[in-house]
Amino acid sequence: MQELSLNILDIVQNSVKAKASLITIRVIEDIHADTLTITIADNGCGMSEETAKAAVDPFYTTRTTRKVGLGLPFIKMAAEMTGGSFSIQSAIGVGTTVTAVFGLRHIDRMPLGDMCSTMLTLVSGSPQIDFVYTHLNAEQDFIMDTRQFKEILGDVPLNAPEILNFIKDYISENDFPFVV
Amino acid sequence: MKSLAELQALRDSMKNKMGIRSDESGCTRIVVGMATCGIAAGARPVLTAFTEEVGKRNLTNVAVSQTGCIGICQYEPVVEVYVPGQEKVTYVKMTADKVAKIVNDHIVNGNVVTEYTIGANAK
Repeated sequence: MQELSLNILDIVQNSVKAKASLITIRVIEDIHADTLTITIADNGCGMSEETAKAAVDPFYTTRTTRKVGLGLPFIKMAAEMTGGSFSIQSAIGVGTTVTAVFGLRHIDRMPLGDMCSTMLTLVSGSPQIDFVYTHLNAEQDFIMDTRQFKEILGDVPLNAPEILNFIKDYISENDFPFVV
Repeated sequence: MKSLAELQALRDSMKNKMGIRSDESGCTRIVVGMATCGIAAGARPVLTAFTEEVGKRNLTNVAVSQTGCIGICQYEPVVEVYVPGQEKVTYVKMTADKVAKIVNDHIVNGNVVTEYTIGANAK
């Protein structure tokens, strides 16, 4: 993956597969602690402790089209090679939370990249799911909550081209640039 | 700066146009593989390009959607096009640059872009 926003897109697909109705994505820049923390939390079907442990093994996957599952191993590796950490908390019937902590200024930390495209891809692919994207640092915060959009839209679909265009502008104009 | 008030206005203007959009049957489907393999190979800009091109041309009976791993990871980004009544066409090693030609030649005018298909690229 060339940028972390692609890892995020990839990991959220797991939440979509897990039939989540609400997926929360948080990106937190902490300049003082020198960390970039990405958290992806869902209320999907969850995993047993053993499955959650096995999921970071590249040769573990639930799919049948191929024998490898690289999504979680990729983001784990990307975090750990910047001196960061990675964890999965999951409970069956409750949901799953994936947390990746990166060294913010570490030379090997990939750029966050195009979060706007990642969010648009998710919203257009799964308009029935509620997404909350939060980006914050010490000075600023940006929150996009599709539940807010849906409340205004009523029966106008979230994935209509005009609405997706609005969401694209909404994110790109309101989200603030990353500090490092 | 886009605000939620603008979304309200957009919704009101769209309300009047609702129902013009045709239903799913008889709809051409463009499906982009968005698993780890696809994303790593560059599927996200391909998907964005299709969505934009279809929106720009106002093609109301074309749906752009996403799927998981199709099983041919070495050919990612992979895009499948389903035109009702015709055989599925699989485009491989896609880039955003190839999108306009596929929408114009295949989706709009019905001529498959053979040079981008799996048949022309498989070794």
